[in-house]
Amino acid sequence: MSDAGTLVRGPLGSMVRSDDARGVFQVSRRAFVDTAVMEREYEAVFDTCWLYLGHESELQRPGDFVTRTVARRNILFTRDAQGKLHALFNTCPHRGAVVCREASGNAKVFQCFYHGWVFGCDGKLKGQPGEERYTAGHKDSGVGNLVPVPRFDSHAGFCFVCFDADAMPLSDYLAGAKEILDLIASQGETGMTIIEGSQQYAIRANWKLLAENSVDGYHALTAHASYLDYLKNMVGGLVPIALSGRSHDLGNGHAVLEYKAPWGRPIAQWVPMFGEQGKAEMEAIKARLVERLGEEKATRVSAFNHNLLIFPNLVINDVMALTVRTFYPVAPGQMMVNGWALAPKDESDWQRKFRLFNFLEFLGPGGFATPDDVEALESCQIGFANVGAAGWSDISKGMGLAEPSYDDELQMRVFWKRWDQLVNRGAR
Amino acid sequence: MNTPTPVITRPEAEDLLFQEADLLDQWKLDEWLALFTDDAAYLVPSTDLPPGADAAKALFYIADDHARMVQRVARLNKKTAHAEWPRSKTRHLVSNVRVGAADGDETPVSAAFVTFRSKNGVTDTYMGRALYRLKRVDGALRIREKRCELDLDGLRPHGRVSIIL
Repeated sequence: MSDAGTLVRGPLGSMVRSDDARGVFQVSRRAFVDTAVMEREYEAVFDTCWLYLGHESELQRPGDFVTRTVARRNILFTRDAQGKLHALFNTCPHRGAVVCREASGNAKVFQCFYHGWVFGCDGKLKGQPGEERYTAGHKDSGVGNLVPVPRFDSHAGFCFVCFDADAMPLSDYLAGAKEILDLIASQGETGMTIIEGSQQYAIRANWKLLAENSVDGYHALTAHASYLDYLKNMVGGLVPIALSGRSHDLGNGHAVLEYKAPWGRPIAQWVPMFGEQGKAEMEAIKARLVERLGEEKATRVSAFNHNLLIFPNLVINDVMALTVRTFYPVAPGQMMVNGWALAPKDESDWQRKFRLFNFLEFLGPGGFATPDDVEALESCQIGFANVGAAGWSDISKGMGLAEPSYDDELQMRVFWKRWDQLVNRGAR
Repeated sequence: MNTPTPVITRPEAEDLLFQEADLLDQWKLDEWLALFTDDAAYLVPSTDLPPGADAAKALFYIADDHARMVQRVARLNKKTAHAEWPRSKTRHLVSNVRVGAADGDETPVSAAFVTFRSKNGVTDTYMGRALYRLKRVDGALRIREKRCELDLDGLRPHGRVSIIL
């Protein structure tokens, strides 16, 4: 009998088992199909961890705003008249209506359409129709202000929120991931920017499958065989650089793959597809990086790819382009994904054009690779229907080896150990 | 010698668009590709972009030049295009076709489209406005550009545009 979809009551118990002596690491497939597990994840993971909200470049001018769903909350992310960033719950303190119903824009004030309360971009109540019918001091008491998220902070332009007022500071939370964020942010001489246009999509699979997949160096040769064919078929083909590198445990469940690959990188690995103009552009970009960062760091920035997973659900992949993505479960078998393209603010029109061209060759729902990832994740979820009899996934690759390769599974074990620790925290 | 470019009529444009839809639904992708000029483009902007957004400056779902269209078809013809193998069933409906004023040797044509895709027991619906630029090449009407602007708030629940819209 399959127990897929049945509710587990009481402590969940460990769903991760690691046998170092035998070199076997397994995850219970209940973790992917059980509604009780998802509810526990919201309580123990999404409601306690620092979560990505957006990039500071999305709000350039005073009054700029975006609305976003973060861990099932509606968040209004604003820059006020003084230039300060705010993350506010997008619900009227009066009776609950969503105050800002647009995806993005620029506003002097936000007016709730239900009864007309007006708020500044800092969330403070500015006016309410019929103010004379309220007690003196009602407005100034603060009860009518939009409620800010308990914690808001940023690192290298990446803005995070946390719904647990007692959580550790963002800087401690990010641990070793800070160095990789800094490395990626150093691609831009005058900062980084999110490019206009976001890829919003859904996958009929558990969200943790995408966490695994985003840092999976093992699946490329089979899942992405047709993408590698595409690279070989394009003008001039690939550059003779073998896929090679390693993975690193960054602490607190975060991990990164750092590796070389045969595809073009707009910062700055030339491939014949970029043409002769591209060669000159790439050489100039590399020279400027060396001047700014020194030879060693410039090589790390330009020649190495980084697949970064910041626990639980922020992925920044610095590959043939630079993508930022987050994803949340709406059901055990369904997630909502948001993907963006990140780029150096100051890059040339040529570099931006080739960056976007490169992005779409692999990444996103219309690329030559991501749709096959989506298919693989959905295929796993369909396979999990057999959870009763075939109940465990194997994540053992590279166990016991001194140097974890980019195509081993250390980074997934790092994720799962942290996940297991959090969902079982407080359990007897 | 300048000969006046013949005007494209709506029935003529519709014949081309209906033929295109039929070829896609039959997965005759090489024949579909032959309907395009050698400098063609196939574009699907992200759903939060304003009309007329430029693929060199903004993030799209798909922004293929002709060389990449050739590769897209080559990929979809392989069993290793896992998202489309086994192949999904599709039905492309094209309606509300309107022919605009010629712009040089190209004529803009707009249409409303609905494309259904079924696979693994799930049917997804893609709908929107298709903007074509048509052009005569050696007397035959060809597609210089096809731009599909989706009337969706994101690719939800679809998760992919692995078929050609």
